[in-house]
Amino acid sequence: MSFVHIALLAMLIVCALAVSMTRNLLTSLIVYMAYSLIMAVIWMLLESPDLAITEAAVGAGITSVLFFVTMKKIHEIKTEGGRERDKTQK
Amino acid sequence: MRDGFSGLDDRIADSLKQEAAEKENLKQLLEQQRELTDSRKHEREIALDRMAHYDFTKWAHTRGQKVITRLYVALALTLGALMIFFLLETVANMPRFGAADTPGSNIVTRRYIERGLQETGAVNIVAGMILDYRAFDTLGESTVLFIAACAVLILLRIDKDSQGMPVMEQIAEDADDRHHEPKNDRILQASAKLLTPVVLLFGVYVILNGHLSPGGGFSGGAIISAGLILYLNAFGFEKSGRFFRYETFKWVSFCSLLFYGLAKTYSFYCGANRLESGIPLGVPGAILSSGLIMPLNIAVGMVVACTMYIFYALFRKGGL
Amino acid sequence: MLQMLYENLEQTVAVILFGIGFGILLLQRNLIRKIIGLNIMDTAVYLFLASMGYIHGRKAPIVVDGVTDTARYINPIPAGLVLTGIVVSVSFTAIMLALTIRLYRRYRTLDIDQIALLAKAEGD
Repeated sequence: MSFVHIALLAMLIVCALAVSMTRNLLTSLIVYMAYSLIMAVIWMLLESPDLAITEAAVGAGITSVLFFVTMKKIHEIKTEGGRERDKTQK
Repeated sequence: MRDGFSGLDDRIADSLKQEAAEKENLKQLLEQQRELTDSRKHEREIALDRMAHYDFTKWAHTRGQKVITRLYVALALTLGALMIFFLLETVANMPRFGAADTPGSNIVTRRYIERGLQETGAVNIVAGMILDYRAFDTLGESTVLFIAACAVLILLRIDKDSQGMPVMEQIAEDADDRHHEPKNDRILQASAKLLTPVVLLFGVYVILNGHLSPGGGFSGGAIISAGLILYLNAFGFEKSGRFFRYETFKWVSFCSLLFYGLAKTYSFYCGANRLESGIPLGVPGAILSSGLIMPLNIAVGMVVACTMYIFYALFRKGGL
Repeated sequence: MLQMLYENLEQTVAVILFGIGFGILLLQRNLIRKIIGLNIMDTAVYLFLASMGYIHGRKAPIVVDGVTDTARYINPIPAGLVLTGIVVSVSFTAIMLALTIRLYRRYRTLDIDQIALLAKAEGD
């Protein structure tokens, strides 16, 4: 059990807790992207390269992009120019 | 003689009548009073009822809500803690992590590893497993992706009212979206011109080398769709419409799934009638080897790429 | 018991993540955070599955130099199961996000309690 392994697993739990504790919705999404990336590295340490490359492409790529587009559609992201809506609700 | 007597009679009769009339009056007065008190009592009861109802509603809307919310939070936390506790009990009794004699590595694993290269021709054992030994699961999964794309297509369609014109809300949203389309975003366009060919080439490499190195249809398809989404973001819908339209998505997905089904039908037929399939396995390690695995990888990769791209385009615009 | 839990550290962490994701799903009011909680539960289960295939001292299941000895590679079966699961998870997330957009267009809020109240008031 190397130190890097234990540190990565602890970071996973910290990221999962941080998703629920931030106020801003955008911050939750970025923490979720980091969580997905750390999961891909852990799978590489468990000797499954297929899973690592699929999770990196799909989790931090496609799912997060879909979340960002949804949040743009529901006006949660502040825009420059155009209308400014400040919604930092919980 | 009679006059005086009848006069007395009259007077008595009169006074009796008067008394009766007064008694009648009194009775009526009493009745009226009783009705009044009755109705007052009724009113008082109604007033008491309303006050109680008001008290309860006020409690339910202010403090009752807090009580019930706290009860819900407490129950949810208890349920979560109980579930974690029981699952941790189970984990403590599982076989040790990394041991070589777990029940998971049994004769099936031995068969896949020892005879995998010889029977499927694929150097990547996992790719050979999911596209040859267990190819039916992969067909089901591609179908799930296709169904999800159809469901999102129905949900995010452009609303039209009864005369076939778009609804007011849709027009407002469209105007807002076009306002944010990058018209002259120099940085994005310059970097997209450099990056998109590289990303697409890498995606094609990952798909074609699925049976020789880690990767395969799913990751290659996701990488190709990431490159296409970058192009769409940088240059807008009009330029992307030149090579990717709605008919493209329809025909590519349909033909890929059909090809997958036909290829596996041929394999099932050969296996069920104990025939030798006529597709050569080739030299392991060359790119044109392992029979049907490379065409199947290409089919799965195209379905995944089209589906992810259409998810993004539907979320942006509601159509293509 | 703590010693056993420390030896199976990945499985312990996977179970704790499952519980945290479940808590986020139940306790948060915003719809988008609920969907993130569901995704966390999904990836926790995949971590649990993938850790069942690892064996100390062996390498990834890609045949090198023609050696097909069972004692040189890890178990490839859980990797195949998880690969299917990841793709199903992403399509499921896409459908849920499409539903969220429709709900927002209709009710103009993302709070699940207010949506339930408004829907009930309309139903009357």
